[in-house]
Parts: sequence; structure tokens; C-alpha cells
Amino acid sequence: MNLRRDVFQAIADPTRRAILLLLTTQTMTAGAIASNFDTARPTVSKHLQILTECELLKQEQNGREIYYQIDPKKMKEVADFLEPFRQMWDDKFNKLEALMKNHKSKNKK
Amino acid sequence: MEQKTIITAEEGKQDIVVTREFEIPVELLFKAHTEPTLLEQWMGLTVLKLESKSHGSFEFETIRQGKVVFTANGTIHQVTPNKTIIRTFEMNNLLTGVRLEFLEFESITTNTSKLTMHMIYQSEKHRADQLKLPFANGLNMAHDRLQELLKINQ
Repeated sequence: MNLRRDVFQAIADPTRRAILLLLTTQTMTAGAIASNFDTARPTVSKHLQILTECELLKQEQNGREIYYQIDPKKMKEVADFLEPFRQMWDDKFNKLEALMKNHKSKNKK
Repeated sequence: MEQKTIITAEEGKQDIVVTREFEIPVELLFKAHTEPTLLEQWMGLTVLKLESKSHGSFEFETIRQGKVVFTANGTIHQVTPNKTIIRTFEMNNLLTGVRLEFLEFESITTNTSKLTMHMIYQSEKHRADQLKLPFANGLNMAHDRLQELLKINQ
């Protein structure tokens, strides 16, 4: 299972999580999605682009409109994937490393 | 960029291996695991008890906004300074059960070291529950619509 490394970052963003939640029950156009947020439309478009690139969303052309929908397969993969667990430990170990580097220099003085 | 922390969890098994190389000597890596005030800082919890010795035990808790949100405890089976810690680890009130942990500390150079954490769960199911935890926290599973969607597609 190969996932892009930034998938978890994609779902870590609150606006992008809100977009995913909106789309759990319906397919929507970018305009309809944007109308749910106070943020500027280009910002919402950027979020949609990131979610699409991570394959969490699929685009479907319907006449002149593009509808967005969740790609459940990918969502399931993310849920089972090790990345969130890895990131959790990576964060902790980064803290450990920084803490002990500091600890070392303090003790030298 | 190469990832520093590597997780291995083979399909159909009940264990997880976490490895990480550090730019600190092995003595400091080990110390970060055995001194309560240090452990508290990088693990983000409060140490209620930590007897870093063979046949010792530990208790941790995390308090957010005055409420205890996480507690964990375990028995420390064996401690060999700068080499190994063998312990059990149980997160209370969660489905993950009790896991057995082998922590191996290795010196690479005088200023670099490596940690290998081998965690063994009671079953494959317990391991799966563990792996879902950080994901659930990240996505806020209170939104049950999404949870249902995940169930449907399982």
C-alpha cells in the first residue's frame, strides 16, 4: 500500500476535515462546498486540490459542472494505514531529541 | 527526505516494530526513558510512578483542562542500562489491551544512537485498534457519519 506521505497532513487540516465531512453524504460542486465556509473561494479550491491530489476526493464531470465526492477506498486505506501512528511517534522522538540535545549542552556548561 | 522514524507492522501479525536513529549519545537516549522529569516532557504526560529497575512498575496520566484524559500503567520486567528495557504497557479504558515491549538502545557512534521498540499485542485485532487510535484522534471520530462511511467500506 503506497500512500503519498502528505495524506495525513491533508486530513490534519480542520477545513479539509470539514470538507470531507460535508462530502460524506453528498456530492457537491466547488461552489456549493465554498458556500459552507467563510474562507475565500480560491482557498477552498486549494483545499479541494490537495484532497484530490491525495486521492481522498474524486472529481466527476456532469455537464458543465465538476462534482466532488469522497473516495471511500482511499479513506479506508488511510484509516488502516500506519502513517498517523508513525507521525505520533516521530513527533515524540523529535521532542526527545531536541530535549536531550539541550540537556547535553546545559550539562556541559 | 528520508524518514527518521520507521514503523513495521506486517499483515496478519500482532506486533509493531518502531525504529528511530537519534543525534544524541545512547546514554542520553536511555536517560530520556528512565528519568521522570525528562520522560514527561517528550511524552507529554505526567509520571505518577516510574521505577526504572528490574521488577519495577510505572503509572502515567495525561490531564487536559483539569480532566484526566489518559492513563497508562505497566510492569517493568528488566532494565539493563543503555541497552534494554523490557516492560508491559497498558492504556487504561482502551481496546488495545496489554502489550509487551522490548526497547533496545544501541550506540551507533559516540554522538548517535538507535532505538528499536518491539511491541507485541495480545492479538491482531488489538494491534489494529492501536493503529486506529492516532487516526481517530486526528479526524475526530465524534463525527459518526464518517465513521459509518468507514464501516460500510470495510
